Amino acid sequence: MICDVCQSEKATVFLSQMADGKLQKVNLCKICADDKGVTDPTGFALTDMLEGMGEESVTEKPAQPDELTCPSCGFTQTHFKKTGRFGCARCYSVFNEGLEGLLEAMHKHTEHSGKTPTHFEDLIPEKMEIEEVEEVHEQTNEEKLVELKESLNASVEAEDYEEAARLRDAISQLESQLEDSGQ
Amino acid sequence: MRFSTLLKKPAEWMRVSGPESDIVITSRVRLARNLVGHSFPGWADKHERSEVMEDVRPVLEELSEMKDSFSEEMTKLTAIEKQVLVERHLISREHAAKGPGCATVMNRNQTISIMINEEDHLRMQAIRPGLQLLSAFKSLDGIDSILEEELPYAFDPKFGYLTACPTNLGTGMRASAMLHLPGLVLSEQINQTIQAANRIGLAVRGLYGEGTEALANLFQVSNQTTLGKSEESVIENLAMVIENMIKNEHNARHKMLEDSPTMIQDQCGRAYAVLKHAHIISSKEALNHLSMIRLGCDLGFFPEEERESINLLLTEIQPAHLQISAKRKLTPEERDILRADIIRTNLKGLTEPEFSSIITERDTDEDE
Repeated sequence: MICDVCQSEKATVFLSQMADGKLQKVNLCKICADDKGVTDPTGFALTDMLEGMGEESVTEKPAQPDELTCPSCGFTQTHFKKTGRFGCARCYSVFNEGLEGLLEAMHKHTEHSGKTPTHFEDLIPEKMEIEEVEEVHEQTNEEKLVELKESLNASVEAEDYEEAARLRDAISQLESQLEDSGQ
Repeated sequence: MRFSTLLKKPAEWMRVSGPESDIVITSRVRLARNLVGHSFPGWADKHERSEVMEDVRPVLEELSEMKDSFSEEMTKLTAIEKQVLVERHLISREHAAKGPGCATVMNRNQTISIMINEEDHLRMQAIRPGLQLLSAFKSLDGIDSILEEELPYAFDPKFGYLTACPTNLGTGMRASAMLHLPGLVLSEQINQTIQAANRIGLAVRGLYGEGTEALANLFQVSNQTTLGKSEESVIENLAMVIENMIKNEHNARHKMLEDSPTMIQDQCGRAYAVLKHAHIISSKEALNHLSMIRLGCDLGFFPEEERESINLLLTEIQPAHLQISAKRKLTPEERDILRADIIRTNLKGLTEPEFSSIITERDTDEDE
């Protein structure tokens, strides 16, 4: 990092100061720091020094004009980074890139399982295929279920919640499979 | 229904007790839903928010569950009125701070409340006394199924219900229970319990949600993730952990009665003395003593019926409830005085703690 003032020497003094509710940052080399009196704590104000310097080095970078923007609501990647929230439903497809990694880290899953509004149900064809395959294993699944439930009780008893949660999930998955194939 | 009517009647969860209600105060489930074609509330401007509100509010008021409901725009409520709703867990602190284009609709019993334009277009909540997570979910699920016919929900087959914050994506469901865990706190096992819950993806928070202090030994346990598991399996998992926490709390209480009965006698006795005789009391001090009286009810030191008046007091001594009962704004000092008055009046009938059970019954009576 080079000095903001002389633009040639390596910066070794890093300053931050609140002025008018805004955080200002300046990086200086040793020579310029001494020159501006930064090292003298009595008579120094960052704002004074910043006057006469280019604005862009102090204020936050504005959103780049060519940045990916949601055509429905005008939301940008920068907004998302700042708030951690999206602008509208369509943002989920506009900012799809990298979303899966984020979801994986957040939820340990990337795909919805659970309630689906009735008029969306036809849009999920994969479900049918899974059901058909699983039906073959129905007999063994029931045995597996008993076994899983036993280990679940054991792990709850042992207060091993992590294992218990894993087993609980496996059980509910199995149960729903059994239910589906039983219909 | 008018706000004054709503106020006169405590929320159902404050009056009625449910399963496991010695330890579980309430069960809550909330669903987040959004509409296609509109920006999420945090990104929408005032006009768009108002548009959504005007579309949604009549639909909500039409629901049979919402007959004779309380329905109001947030701008039409005073700061104190909004705070009362927060103290009753009917709206979030965030929603209380909202301006134009935001509204709240809730039923007469205050078991279902729907926030319009909180972080999402719709945040609906069901609240039940005791451990009743599944029935809370079922009641909300029914309403949601009716609404999906009327409102164009934002849903994606892969991502589920689309929410403003990706942390709610998928089911949009957060299920939580409020637990009273003085045994685990006094025996210093609470941090261990919280960490164990965190490890399996559950959050443990204080009385009023994120970032709030655990007053009165009350803790909220909730699911943290919403994507990849069905609503029922999330609830089942949560209920299982809660049942285990209940068991641990009971064990901790038994062990304390055996190992340090004098400490418990001291805690309950002090709480009794302070609450019966204080004339100035802070919210924090009052809550923590009330927690000890509640524990004393569970352990048989005080009559069990008193637990219900303690439950009511937990809410009624909070700042906004005090100011509503005084019918004016109060300074913190005035609140501390009124709080002490209300507690003394309400506990007038509370008899001195009866500790004989510790010596004679503690080895035989498993239920106490």
